[in-house]
Amino acid sequence: MPLVFTHEADRRLRRLVIGVVLSAALGLAGLYYYGPPEYTRVGYAPKQPVPFSHEQHTGRLGISCLYCHTGVEESSVAKIPPTQTCMNCHQTIKPDSPQLAVVRESFASGKPVPWVRVHQVPDYVFFDHSAHVRRGVGCVSCHGKVNEMPVVVHEKPLSMGWCLDCHRQPEACLRPPSEATNFAWQPPAGRSNSDYGRLLKDQSRIHPPEQCSGCHR
Amino acid sequence: MRWVLLGIATAAAIVVVQMGPRGAVSDRRPLMFITDMDFQPRYNPQAATPFFADGRTMRTPPAGTIPFGGADYDSDAGSPRQNPDFLKSDDAYYRGKAGTAWLARNALPVDIALLRRGQERYNIHCAPCHGATGAGNGVMTQYGMLGVASITDELHTLMPDGQFFDVISNGKGRMMPYAPQVKVRDRWAIIAYIRALMRSQSTTLGDVPEDQRGNLNP
Repeated sequence: MPLVFTHEADRRLRRLVIGVVLSAALGLAGLYYYGPPEYTRVGYAPKQPVPFSHEQHTGRLGISCLYCHTGVEESSVAKIPPTQTCMNCHQTIKPDSPQLAVVRESFASGKPVPWVRVHQVPDYVFFDHSAHVRRGVGCVSCHGKVNEMPVVVHEKPLSMGWCLDCHRQPEACLRPPSEATNFAWQPPAGRSNSDYGRLLKDQSRIHPPEQCSGCHR
Repeated sequence: MRWVLLGIATAAAIVVVQMGPRGAVSDRRPLMFITDMDFQPRYNPQAATPFFADGRTMRTPPAGTIPFGGADYDSDAGSPRQNPDFLKSDDAYYRGKAGTAWLARNALPVDIALLRRGQERYNIHCAPCHGATGAGNGVMTQYGMLGVASITDELHTLMPDGQFFDVISNGKGRMMPYAPQVKVRDRWAIIAYIRALMRSQSTTLGDVPEDQRGNLNP
């Protein structure tokens, strides 16, 4: 019987099949490695229009988070401060710094500084800052040690699985609400974080929602 | 065959070198493979939109309008309380005025809860410049902040509470208005705490209860 396909055609077909299968496998592996929500935004540290350093302002100067993020205790959003908050100090301190040109321009024109958003949950998640901060989840639990970040880095996953870890066992993330903005807070001597957290949880009757409608509407 | 494998390996290597390990610090926008409904066509707080001329999603009420139904601007935007005085006609509470003169005493009844609230808010908003004791030596003065008043000196001791309220709300000299940052109730709480600071600057050992004297740090 004569050959229907030449040896060359046979080789090409084999190459094609192996190539396609291998590419698909590697592609899938890549998707599984880079794709999951736990890693989508982690490590994101965008360049901001103004090189504002949280390390300088809250770490070294000791300005409270609440000086600028005034909404965090009473509203769902922490609030990016208005330019006037910057000018409270910077009309006197470093008033001519070229790094602050964008801030001065914004203050003069009334147009907002185009800050780049770092931490973001999907639009179908209705996260409320006040609900967490007022019950004693510290800033550091979700945002990391911002007081040591010259450039803010998205440090925690902020994925649903990660949220649920804490919603199921809130003990480890709880502290007295008055210490919410304190990055250096430690539980009282001789008590572990979860041990003390359990006390706070019982005291304030904290039962974080685990049903879908807790965060999704 | 060799070329096919080499091609695939090169492509994979380029991707890995470009992306780095997952979670590596980078200023690149996060890659999203499946966006589902992460980004919905809606207005988020403090977001941008091309629809309005000023490019903001958040609107300010036109000048001269008042919130319908009298919702209180000071309360949570999500669950507004009703404010019976939504016209803010109470001169004493909203402007620190008694007729044409300054209100002499705090517009709120001063109790320990108000003082504690005032202490907390003072340390957040005032202490960076005025210092924890009000002596005008806050951390910002080391960085070139000029003309910070010592708010516990004699001049300020004689200042009526209403005038403090006015300075916090509208600023004075190099001090910017703090009305956008500090709510009306908190301003009164801060003023109550400032009075406590003044008192603390002119105390003697006799003012300390006897059983507490052991706790003093010389």
